[in-house]
Amino acid sequence: MASKYSKDLLLTMYRKMYLIRRFEERSDQAYKQNKIAGFCHLYIGQEAVAVGTNEALRPEDYMLSGYRDHGQPLARGSDAGMVMAELFGRGTGYSKGKGGSMHIFDIEHHFYGGYGIVGGQIPLAAGMAFASRYRNEDRVTVCYFGDAAANQGSFHETFNMAAKWKLPVIYICENNRYGMGTAIGRVSAEPTIYKRAAAYNMRGEAVDGMDCLKMYEAVKDAVAYCRAGKGPVLMEANTYRFRGHSVVDPATYRPKSEVEEERKNDPIPKLKDYTLKQKLATEAEFDAIDEEVRAQVDAAVKFADESPEPSLDELWRDTIVEPGEEDVRPRERVLGMKVKWPSYPSGQELKVTWDLEPREQAEREDKKAGLAR
Amino acid sequence: MAELMYREALNQALAEEMERDANVFLIGEEVGRYNGAFKVSLGLLDRFGSARIIDAPISELGFTGLGVGAAMVGLRPVVEMMTWNFAILAMDQIVNNAAKLRHMSGGQLRCPIVFRGPGGAGGRLSSQHSQALEANYAHFPGLKVIAPATPADAKGMLKAAIRDDNPVCMFEGEKLYALKGEVPEGEHIVPLGKADVKREGKDVSIITWSRMYYFAKEAAEKLEQEGISAEILDLRTLRPLDEEAILATVRKTNRVVVVEEGWPLAGVGASVVDIIQSKAFDELDAPVLRVTGLDVNMSYATNLEAATQPDAPKIIAAVKKVLYREGA
Repeated sequence: MASKYSKDLLLTMYRKMYLIRRFEERSDQAYKQNKIAGFCHLYIGQEAVAVGTNEALRPEDYMLSGYRDHGQPLARGSDAGMVMAELFGRGTGYSKGKGGSMHIFDIEHHFYGGYGIVGGQIPLAAGMAFASRYRNEDRVTVCYFGDAAANQGSFHETFNMAAKWKLPVIYICENNRYGMGTAIGRVSAEPTIYKRAAAYNMRGEAVDGMDCLKMYEAVKDAVAYCRAGKGPVLMEANTYRFRGHSVVDPATYRPKSEVEEERKNDPIPKLKDYTLKQKLATEAEFDAIDEEVRAQVDAAVKFADESPEPSLDELWRDTIVEPGEEDVRPRERVLGMKVKWPSYPSGQELKVTWDLEPREQAEREDKKAGLAR
Repeated sequence: MAELMYREALNQALAEEMERDANVFLIGEEVGRYNGAFKVSLGLLDRFGSARIIDAPISELGFTGLGVGAAMVGLRPVVEMMTWNFAILAMDQIVNNAAKLRHMSGGQLRCPIVFRGPGGAGGRLSSQHSQALEANYAHFPGLKVIAPATPADAKGMLKAAIRDDNPVCMFEGEKLYALKGEVPEGEHIVPLGKADVKREGKDVSIITWSRMYYFAKEAAEKLEQEGISAEILDLRTLRPLDEEAILATVRKTNRVVVVEEGWPLAGVGASVVDIIQSKAFDELDAPVLRVTGLDVNMSYATNLEAATQPDAPKIIAAVKKVLYREGA
């Protein structure tokens, strides 16, 4: 049977997954050479989640994540050298070296950040989706968080509002089974995260997060659901990190056999095998991609390593926005490129037509609750 | 000029800004059909509809974060805290997200949002509902913090806060909402970061903000009868502090009392004193004194509640001390 996926899509996915893998391997190396410091959470093993999702989205859809945040912006198309420079704490990084590994922001590519407080980004995503609905756009917001974040209050508070107001947001729980060193089941009364959606009358589903095509299909479907105004969706992507919680964690809390078993499930060779079996590409084509990606990541490391630290003047910038101050466009600032930047309708142009709580509905609910009006 | 209550002045500011800019919306507990726990949003649901006046569930962290997310992509939310006591639940979103977005993104994002609601003592509400918490927020770079005392300032500063491109925390007062004052109509903007000399004087400066202004005023009027001329500087904005105005009043009177409703340790007044001692030491004729809330939790009993807070007699005593006229 012929593949339903185009060669272009399959090879794009493969290239991006391998880019993330290679990027993270080199991040690990650079950390051990003291070029990167602080907390550095690698995405190795989870590549199918970011890439499968991204290919199912439009470029202008919003995305944000927790602190394991190198993979998603690379999938979106961020400049690998500038992401690496951020990890190196250099002035040419996306945030001028002010954010580091946990806070990658690339607004040009609609990647609205990595957040360091577990679950802190969950309400932000609802707000971004709220804004899309408020402006009557059909844009969707994708928000990643880890399994441990499902036990935060922000999860409950936000899902209740997002579901009640039908916000166009897809929450993707990257369930890699451990919140730092604690297995999710040890601290969760309901460790199957997607089931919790039922408490909010919200669509919830589990997906094989080790399979890029399954992620792609699931997100395509969820996106259509959200664009049709039926959102939100809670999607539990069952995945696995091949490394520790962060670079410095040897992950001794996991049995070796478990890691070995999961490594057999590596999403990158899986997609390659599928493509080869479908005879959509040859070994030689994959070898060429591998070589290009390795050269791209080598160049990214070189760029980061050769970049200067931020100027000390930067200390006093980016805390308060002064009147008339423009937003910083990183690729314009660093690479001198002209870039497309998000713009919003002015308060005079915008017409808000959304009736978030129609009066009849409110009255119906009053009646149900036995309240006379 | 019309005479309005503080709550009516806020209502006018909200309505005018929402009329002017469709990106402005209000979210909070009871802001819609209930018309606001303190009636600040009276009539706004009928006027602007349910997508712009949003009744939120009791999820302070959730709806505050939702507001921050909306601000990140160009809306201008006003988040009403039923009181600032409850905003403690939302502090992670205010401090870790709103205040740091510009920084973490290296200048790519801005967060134009107002968090507003009553702060300070209520009436007979005990410790969880009676706290002056503005010093907590004044601590964080990336935020602006305002605490207007009069209806005119409330209107002008809320309008300025909504138009500001930074997160602004606005401390109103449960006991201020019914206060009346002259309020200019229409385009009345009070710039953030500017203190206001509310009363001219030459013998001593009383530096204060929010509801404490009225105790300072009462004290100044009584002192006047004893031949003591007190100047009152109403800071209005607590972050950034108006250093120039603080130093100007010190140079004029050479004696200062700082009055603050909150607790003494790490209060905003402590920073005011630090500015004075480091930049105007030679101007001082006496040590600067502070009148603050007592360093205890607020009680329910009438007498304990009253004794916990600053009042005019406490201010008068401090003024006499800096004038070396104790017992006079």
